[in-house]
Amino acid sequence: MPVMTYLDAIRQGIWEEMERDPSVFLLGEDIGDYGGAFKVTAGMLKKFGAERVIDTPISESAIVGAAVGAALMGMRPVAEMQFMDFISCGFDQIVNMAAKIHYRWGAKVPLVIRGPSGAGVHGGPFHSQSNEMWFVHTPGLKVVVPATAYDAKGLIKAAIRDDNPVLYFEHKFLYRRIKDEVPEGDYTVPIGQARVAREGTDIAVITYGAMVWTALEAAEQLAKEGVSLEVVDLRSLLPYDEQAVLATVRKCNKVILLHEGTRTGGMAGELAALLAEKAFEDLDGPIVRITAPDTPVPFSPPLEEFFLPNAKKVAEAARKLAAY
Amino acid sequence: MEASHAAAGTVQLTEVSASGTPPGPMQIDRAQRTPPAVLKDLLEKMLLIRRFEEKAAELYSMGKIGGFCHLYIGQEAVGVGAISTLGPDDYILASYREHGQALARGLDPGEIMAELCGKKSGVSKGKGGSMHLFDKPRGFLGGHAIVGGQIPLAAGVAFAEKYLKKPSVTLCFFGEAAVNIGSFHESLNLAALWKLPVIYICENNRFGMGTPIERTSALYDLSQKACAYNMARGCVDGMDVLAVRETVAEAVERARSQSAPTLIEARTYRFMGHSMSDPVHGHYRTKAEVEEQRRHDPIKVFIATLESLGVVSPADIEELNEKVRDSVEDAVAFSERSEEPEPLELHTDVYVP
Repeated sequence: MPVMTYLDAIRQGIWEEMERDPSVFLLGEDIGDYGGAFKVTAGMLKKFGAERVIDTPISESAIVGAAVGAALMGMRPVAEMQFMDFISCGFDQIVNMAAKIHYRWGAKVPLVIRGPSGAGVHGGPFHSQSNEMWFVHTPGLKVVVPATAYDAKGLIKAAIRDDNPVLYFEHKFLYRRIKDEVPEGDYTVPIGQARVAREGTDIAVITYGAMVWTALEAAEQLAKEGVSLEVVDLRSLLPYDEQAVLATVRKCNKVILLHEGTRTGGMAGELAALLAEKAFEDLDGPIVRITAPDTPVPFSPPLEEFFLPNAKKVAEAARKLAAY
Repeated sequence: MEASHAAAGTVQLTEVSASGTPPGPMQIDRAQRTPPAVLKDLLEKMLLIRRFEEKAAELYSMGKIGGFCHLYIGQEAVGVGAISTLGPDDYILASYREHGQALARGLDPGEIMAELCGKKSGVSKGKGGSMHLFDKPRGFLGGHAIVGGQIPLAAGVAFAEKYLKKPSVTLCFFGEAAVNIGSFHESLNLAALWKLPVIYICENNRFGMGTPIERTSALYDLSQKACAYNMARGCVDGMDVLAVRETVAEAVERARSQSAPTLIEARTYRFMGHSMSDPVHGHYRTKAEVEEQRRHDPIKVFIATLESLGVVSPADIEELNEKVRDSVEDAVAFSERSEEPEPLELHTDVYVP
């Protein structure tokens, strides 16, 4: 099976969908000639033409709004945010327009908004955010966060084929840093399904995005010390896989909730509430959250390192929890 | 709610005979060049909107319509004149003051009234309300309850139609206060850059809620904003249905033959408060001002014009009035006998299954 980078997997998924369905088109800033800030759309202008790979002005509200309008007419737009931080400029069109059109009118808006999120590349406060939770709180949207190349391809295809507006959060730190096996040809990863990234028995680590790799690194370390971590990759945050969350906690009876997004109002808080409601009797220890603190993402490399959860922090928390 | 009912007071039924109103001199010329059947249809649609809105005000005051309700009374000539230029395959997007455009487009008055009353049989199953009317088969794409939110969508609709090689045009209505939001500028630039067959109709009724345009816009001649985007523009008397029709028809022709957008400012006036929650006149405009504007009531002027040309007689007007009253009564009856949505309907349609 071919091995490819996370970035190439996203690119291949979009490419294949563009070939498969002429109603799919791309729009965004510098996605054509330039190939996108991170080159996700490199080569697409040449292959699919300027009618389907559209360079736009720096106008996020109009990009998203035009995508919504086109989706209403039966098209399947894939809009790129150059950085997911900039999505704030198109916020109204996403949370008021796209998210609520089907509820208000019963009309479909099959639309994907994708782009790089996450820290670790010293991008500073406006180029590093994990802002997925802004949208997880908006019924009508779907939010996905692939961690592997396999899922990146399968989820972008699923997102493009979904009849709802889907926000697809790429992690820029992973673009060229990870590689895994990606089957040639067509497959999708269902939205709303988690996966077990590593089987274990003692502590469940539930996470998503780049933190999956952090959790796996910690699990490797802890295994040497005789503590077995099970790593669950959520893959989708809205809807999220409640059954998978409950299953791993019922199996391991202890849980660490890990993410790169900030703490208050983060996914970990939501999962903790779910576990308190539905798995109270299954817990043999306190629910542990490991998240970024409630601060902006700083530029300074040592500060950014302090901001981000890492394998060492996860391992320390796991040791403590194992001993509880 | 109680306070807002009290503030709004009751709505006076408008006398719609020409009674002393002079015909518009420019309108006479245009009327002579327009088939009588078209003239009568335009008048009927304006009358329908007027009567429908008066009835909506009445139901609101009775507590049968809740929430927020923005009436189109005074602005009928804009929606009716503009939409009369469209074919059945064209599209319309509008703001939250959209009952008039929906009726002008031929949406069922009963289904609109039912939506205003939150009934299951409403055009949006009672989930949208007054500001979220929608009927895709009739090309009516909202009803958007955030100022200017529909402006970017219109570019997307026009883009998709062009991409799919369909010959439709898209009309996008919004108020003068919407030209100050960023999306307006982003979207007009896109429409001009992508050469989209879209027509932006700015209904300048002079007030963004309670703030006059002079206090919110550095530029009063709003269609000039088109120059920034190398776009065709027009400015028209929004109280003259035939002038609106003529100006929009030119823009529609430009959109169809050259795939080029246009920005039109239609100068109009709303005779009611911003919504049913505020009085007709008050802190921001005087009673005298509203009365002066009412002398230019687009329906009265149009009747005077048509009577002066012998296109309609006072008896014809009475007959038309009866007809639209019946339509509105039927609409109310339909809404009254419609059911409320079931509680579990709350959960349907959040996602496409």
